[in-house]
Amino acid sequence: MNGARVEFRGLRRRFGSTVALDGLDLTVEPGELIALLGPSGCGKTTALRCLAGFEQPDEGEVLVDGADITRVPANRRDAGMVFQSYSLFPNLNARDNVGFGMRVRKVPAAKRHARAQELLELVGLPSVGDRYPHQLSGGQQQRVALARALALEPRVLLLDEPLSALDAKVRVTLREEIRRLQLSLGITTIFVTHDQEEALSMADRVAVLRDGRLEQVADPATLYDRPATPFVAEFVGAMNHLPGLVSGDRVTVLGQTLPVEGQAPDTAQADVLVRPEAVLVTPDAEGDGIVMVSSFRGSTARLRVRLGDGTEVLADVPGHDSARFAPGTAVRVGLVERPVLVSARSETGAAAAVPEPDVV
Amino acid sequence: MRDSRTRSKSRWAALPLLVFVVIVFGVPMLVLLGGTFTKEGTLSTANLTESLQGAYLTALAGSVKLSALVAVLGGVLGTFLAQAVVTSRFRALREAVLTASGVLANFGGVPLAFAWIATLGNSGVVTTTLGLGAHGWSLYNFWGLTLVYLYFSIPLQVLTVVPALDGLRPQWREAAQNNGASTWQFWRYVGIPVLTPALLGGVVLLFGGAFSAYATAQAMVGSTVPLVTLKIADALTGNVLIGHENVALALSLDMIVVAGLVMAVYLPLQRRSARWLR
Repeated sequence: MNGARVEFRGLRRRFGSTVALDGLDLTVEPGELIALLGPSGCGKTTALRCLAGFEQPDEGEVLVDGADITRVPANRRDAGMVFQSYSLFPNLNARDNVGFGMRVRKVPAAKRHARAQELLELVGLPSVGDRYPHQLSGGQQQRVALARALALEPRVLLLDEPLSALDAKVRVTLREEIRRLQLSLGITTIFVTHDQEEALSMADRVAVLRDGRLEQVADPATLYDRPATPFVAEFVGAMNHLPGLVSGDRVTVLGQTLPVEGQAPDTAQADVLVRPEAVLVTPDAEGDGIVMVSSFRGSTARLRVRLGDGTEVLADVPGHDSARFAPGTAVRVGLVERPVLVSARSETGAAAAVPEPDVV
Repeated sequence: MRDSRTRSKSRWAALPLLVFVVIVFGVPMLVLLGGTFTKEGTLSTANLTESLQGAYLTALAGSVKLSALVAVLGGVLGTFLAQAVVTSRFRALREAVLTASGVLANFGGVPLAFAWIATLGNSGVVTTTLGLGAHGWSLYNFWGLTLVYLYFSIPLQVLTVVPALDGLRPQWREAAQNNGASTWQFWRYVGIPVLTPALLGGVVLLFGGAFSAYATAQAMVGSTVPLVTLKIADALTGNVLIGHENVALALSLDMIVVAGLVMAVYLPLQRRSARWLR
């Protein structure tokens, strides 16, 4: 299997007064796994459905290996798709589900069954061929759906939030398997998700969408460390908004002066965007911060610290240190010395970007 | 311990229903069997033999033919109408059709016959307005009766099939398309097999409704169209010949046997079509 190059060119799609896609331009390289990430209604699924042929864009083109497929019917496109859930045909057993596309193409039964069995083995389910969908777990159903999507050896694989209905453990296992399969088959894959962890852990590149437009497309590390816009910074990972004073290409925040990443705003008063893991917290009886909430997460613990001036800061500390940061502990707060993203001052000012649970 | 006690208590709750079933089904069945096999005070199969000969057999065959035709036509047309309603973008149309179906599926008897006689009977409004009589139109024959029976059968099929059609997930159609299937192939391999248990159930329901209908046919065609329910009424009331009450009971037994045969065909088919549900 060889992956195809996929291009979305100026894609626009409107549903009544709602603009789902507003001039989307994106190129996916052959063999690449790209995640379309964004909140509900950002247009990520619409883009995928335009590529699958289930939606027709109002404007723009979809190209596969340079060929315009915008008006090609869905059943004549060279793309396999895994849906969110419940997409297996209930009246067919797992083997017949996988072999459905071959049956439509009138492949002889013996060959079809052999190929279906091969694919079931590929997705780690060699012995469920005779079972009907309702006799399979959610994770098994999605594996069968993946096998079915791969059965016709498509050059593009489309994944529409295929893990969202699964429990956390199965989700992690299956996403690793999808990635393993994608790499071994070299198939171009577009993966729609609203789960940033999923996107960052699986994709070669992540495209963040907002209101039908592309905010940023970059590899996971760049997206996380150097978000191009405040929206991306907030959407991907947790983010502190701290009050800062801009002076030239530097900004003073929490008493430290740090270089500004990218373009500095025109105003002196600004919000400085800082990841919780870039906040340094040290127990100090003389410190001006108090730990309000400590939320243990295994390898890390997330603290909500209130400073003397009322500013609240989220900070991550190693999980094994969490006992040192019980609620009520006085702490000193600093920032890692590195460039920071700065945006014009918002009304909410120093509120933390992501509300944290009141778990102690 | 507590479970078994609860279970035995819950069995008592079903007692009124069991008593009701014994009274309304068991007692008439005993009377029916007793009458069928009694001729002039002695045990005999003569009534049963007579019920399967001559005009009685013709009436039984006529009822089966009419009911089968109504079941198949009503099943197909009702399913198409239900599909049109389910896929319509107009919510109001769906509500209107379902409400109308709820009413029309229960529209039967003499009022239904009168509605049709007044509209398409020999002196009906539409017949006289369009001059249908000159073209050989008559409502009072086998096909006229079929038309009238379809009037309540199609809505009944709509009500039976709409929930099943609603259960067809859009993802199945899209997944089929994604695997290269045409619309026809989707219906052939997925849509129709998934719907089959509901479709079969609907068709059997329509057959039963048409097979047992009496008042509409009596008011419309009298004895013009031979039907078993009309023959039973004639025999019970002594309309043509007196002393044939027990033949009426034998005809009723014939009807039960026909219904049993229909179920004997339906149940294995239904079981086979729904094996993926188990």
